[in-house]
Amino acid sequence: MNDMTPLLEVRHLSKSFGPVQALSDLSMKVHAGEVVALAGDNGAGKTTLIKAISGVYRPTSGEVLLRGEPVQFNSPQEAREKGIETIYQDLALADNLTIGANIFLGREPMRRALGFLPVLDRRKMAQAAKATMALLDFHVSRLDAPVSNFSGGQRQAVAIGRAVYWNAQILIMDEPTAALGVPEQRKVIALIHQLKAQGRGVIFISHNLQDIFAVSDRIVVLRRGVQAGERRISETSHDEVVKLMIGG
Amino acid sequence: MTTPEPPHRAPDQTSPPADHADKARTALQRIADLRAWLFLAFLILAFELWSRVSFGGTFLFNPFNIQSIAIFAVAPLLLATGQTFVIISGGIDLSMGFIMGLAAVVAAHVINWATPGMGLPMAVLFGALVAIAVAAVPGVVNGLLVSRLKVPPFIGTLGMFGVARGVAFLLAGGTTVPVQNSFFAALGNGRFYGVPWIVIITAVFVLVMHYLLSQTRFGQHNYAIGANVQAASRAGIDIKSHLLRLYILSGICAGLAGFLYAARFSAGAAQAGEPLLLDSVAAVVIGGASLFGGSGTILGTVAGAFVIAVIQYGLVFINVAPFWQFISVGIVIIISVLIDQAQRRFSGGRQSE
Repeated sequence: MNDMTPLLEVRHLSKSFGPVQALSDLSMKVHAGEVVALAGDNGAGKTTLIKAISGVYRPTSGEVLLRGEPVQFNSPQEAREKGIETIYQDLALADNLTIGANIFLGREPMRRALGFLPVLDRRKMAQAAKATMALLDFHVSRLDAPVSNFSGGQRQAVAIGRAVYWNAQILIMDEPTAALGVPEQRKVIALIHQLKAQGRGVIFISHNLQDIFAVSDRIVVLRRGVQAGERRISETSHDEVVKLMIGG
Repeated sequence: MTTPEPPHRAPDQTSPPADHADKARTALQRIADLRAWLFLAFLILAFELWSRVSFGGTFLFNPFNIQSIAIFAVAPLLLATGQTFVIISGGIDLSMGFIMGLAAVVAAHVINWATPGMGLPMAVLFGALVAIAVAAVPGVVNGLLVSRLKVPPFIGTLGMFGVARGVAFLLAGGTTVPVQNSFFAALGNGRFYGVPWIVIITAVFVLVMHYLLSQTRFGQHNYAIGANVQAASRAGIDIKSHLLRLYILSGICAGLAGFLYAARFSAGAAQAGEPLLLDSVAAVVIGGASLFGGSGTILGTVAGAFVIAVIQYGLVFINVAPFWQFISVGIVIIISVLIDQAQRRFSGGRQSE
């Protein structure tokens, strides 16, 4: 892959719901190892954009390119198979299951007990959980505990760990720090740095400018469904971003 | 299958384990999970002491008592195993009692009809298959109502409770249906090395259900759906087909319970399972499942069913007025739920949702 080819590119994407134009003519790129923040007021089109990328919505016009190849997803499952994983704000985890069981939820590995009886391969799940969580600098010894035993930031790490295990190349994170305390927020920011160091692309939606400035390389600001501006984080300031968001 | 990539970072940058504070929690959760077995041990001990002090005899080491309790527990336990799956998924199946009655009546009629043509054992086998197949039908309807039409399980299965009840009484002509088949009677009352056949059949079935819940994807998905149906759906689990299979499974459990009931009494009765439905829910709850879904085990339910059976039988054994049964079982249910609530508060997570 050419280094200049973006991991993900969105070209002239529009999405309307009946007469309502939620997103119009939006273009953006995410390179490998890059964190792109999406900012904008409520209703600016951030959620519509990520849903169009992750296969929840079909765009009305425009295209999505993955490593330079145009792609069309009919479902989030198809997007996931191509390595685009969305991590939702409300933590899509089953709290009563272990980390390993959550990572493998819906695609559990099986083994044969006594040579004939298919049973869940819990050891494989636990080992994969341990290895994957270590990649995120999150070291667990109690792999048989349900994830409800862990803190909000740790559970966020499990959700990210699941994406990493299934080899997601693009992670879309919708307000990953919104429900967390300050130390936990730092932990998630550190996780995003890990993902970046591993050469994955991250789209990071947040209302928190501090978080955005702490972790992103670029910021794309949306306002009423159109792109209000795009800046390198190193070349902009809180004030400028706020002005772009509210249209001052 | 993808394997994780090697770490891209220096190995010396490790932080301490993130979960060191959780060990005590997990240990307490384990104890709370075993509460049904502790209840059972306590009850048996109490009856044993009472029996020794007041009659100078033994309660536990009398094989007749053990057999009676086991036979007594068969039907509620079979209903409760199916109910365990449904309750873990966050639902409830109120129709099981009358599905059991329906299956008992169907088994009785079919065996009577088939005995002259098929011979004794084949007629019984045929009756079992038909009874269980018929019991699966209201299960299909429950499953479709809950999964496709989004009817709350409480209401959907309450509707089938009425339908199954009416059909069972119509088929039975408002009375019990006696069966003329000596093989059937032998199955229902015979013993193998001292163990009643119906207890053996139930034990094997319960083991299979334990395997299904604890070792298969179906069981794993059942827990996930009960905890967070959105997460399960996002993980690619087909919720509709899972729920359909789930309610068919609970219908089948009720069907087997009805068949074994008919075998035990050599008769089918529409009201066979009527008093057992709430016992089955109670067994599941005492066994550690939460009616909010997401937790519970078959082994816990087994203990729960035996707690109820031991209370009911034991109180008769020590000659206490039978109405105390209701009071005792009620108190055990309440204590059990209180433990569940305390455990939930303690382990965090869910109460904030």
